[in-house]
Amino acid sequence: MTRIHDMGGRFGDGPVPREDDESRIFAKDWHGRALALTVAAGALGKWNIDASRHVKECLPPADYAKFGYYEKWLAGLANLLVEHGIASPEEIAAGRSDAPAPDDLVARRLDAARVKAALRSGGPSARYSSDGPAFATGAKVRTSAIAGNRTQNGGHTRLPAYAAGRVGTIVLHHGAHVFPDSNAHFNGEAPQHLYTVSFAAGDLWQHAESPHDEVRLDLWEDYLEPA
Amino acid sequence: MRKTVTVSTSQIFCILIRSSATCIRANTGRWTGAGKPAQDNAMPHDHHDDNPHRLLPSEPALRVKALETILVEKGLIDPAALDAIIDLYERDIGPQIGAGLVARAWNDPEFRAALLTDADRVITELGHGGRQGEHVVVVENTPDTHNLVVCTLCSCYPWPLLGIPPGWYKSDSYRARAVREPRAVLAEFGVTLAEGTTARVWDSTAEIRYLVLPMRPEGTEGLDEAALASLVTRDSMIGAGLPRSAGTAA
Repeated sequence: MTRIHDMGGRFGDGPVPREDDESRIFAKDWHGRALALTVAAGALGKWNIDASRHVKECLPPADYAKFGYYEKWLAGLANLLVEHGIASPEEIAAGRSDAPAPDDLVARRLDAARVKAALRSGGPSARYSSDGPAFATGAKVRTSAIAGNRTQNGGHTRLPAYAAGRVGTIVLHHGAHVFPDSNAHFNGEAPQHLYTVSFAAGDLWQHAESPHDEVRLDLWEDYLEPA
Repeated sequence: MRKTVTVSTSQIFCILIRSSATCIRANTGRWTGAGKPAQDNAMPHDHHDDNPHRLLPSEPALRVKALETILVEKGLIDPAALDAIIDLYERDIGPQIGAGLVARAWNDPEFRAALLTDADRVITELGHGGRQGEHVVVVENTPDTHNLVVCTLCSCYPWPLLGIPPGWYKSDSYRARAVREPRAVLAEFGVTLAEGTTARVWDSTAEIRYLVLPMRPEGTEGLDEAALASLVTRDSMIGAGLPRSAGTAA
């Protein structure tokens, strides 16, 4: 059910690589450019953060595995531009534009003068909900047995496979937030209550380093049932 | 050469797409909550639409150039805005912001209490916050509990407080291992947890961003906020390191 990005708990990756030149914020000049381009294109408002995560998750596993962080961003951006009709595959291949964008889209361009304010305001995901929370702090909950989007086969979800079907305890309630499983597919924000759920390491791993260690995840109500 | 590659990969996409139809955008219809085969929602696809990123040049810097050129020519990107974004993250937004919060929390019990109970209000009042830090929770290290932050599903990170995440934070190895063997990962960073200390790992699966409030180093009683801030490393606010010791204060 899950995709290549869902790698929590995976074996075989070796030591954490620390060889980057940390004197630079962006190890290569094009890294900063790729980040800025993605942020500025996102400001056009044609997609949301959940969709931009999902498009990277949908990369062929072979590409995802070989790409560095900003290469995934570039691939995601190229695919979003085509999916949303902003650029054609021919334009992507040529690296040139065949036609200007429609005026209403050009009007949403992020100009330099607006950058600071746009990044400063960000995109809060908290929403009002008339429904009360189903769970109180301290409640025992069980996560969905299968980590997968309930309505879209292979769709976006934020329940990692390693935490599926496990019992944990609600430790924080964050109010209602945009539900990525819906929003990533442009099916509405469908906000629902979001909680931090604490799991004992011994309930997640066959050979936990210490069974009393904890892993905490932020999980939406749809992923949870009383335990 | 290009043509040969395109044709053969298209054939592969055709096979791939049957098993990953949701990657084709389903723009029609609202969320109904009802299960519906994704293929019904999918727009008819042209083989060339699938994974068009593969049409970009092989050299990453040229991929950026191609996408930027297309978007600038279409009037959708202001190149000066790109410079402004880069400049902001290279100069203004970085771990010095988080370090300032930590140092003040060490010196001011009321501020510390406010930061731990309502970080968003504190951060907003100080003029910080924003993209990738819209909702922040500060978690405190104690002799009993050591906090470590990761994002296993992508690389979520509190940008407005720590800046752009370092390469290692975004690596497969860190994402895969931090939840399963935090003590082994911490040991690679030179941090050894006492057996009685709980390792508490925060997997950032939503839009809540976590900042670790490390323990104040011993022997720093007389130091002012600026000197304390110089001890607060970026890694210590992720939980992957400890603050510098008292003798190294600026």
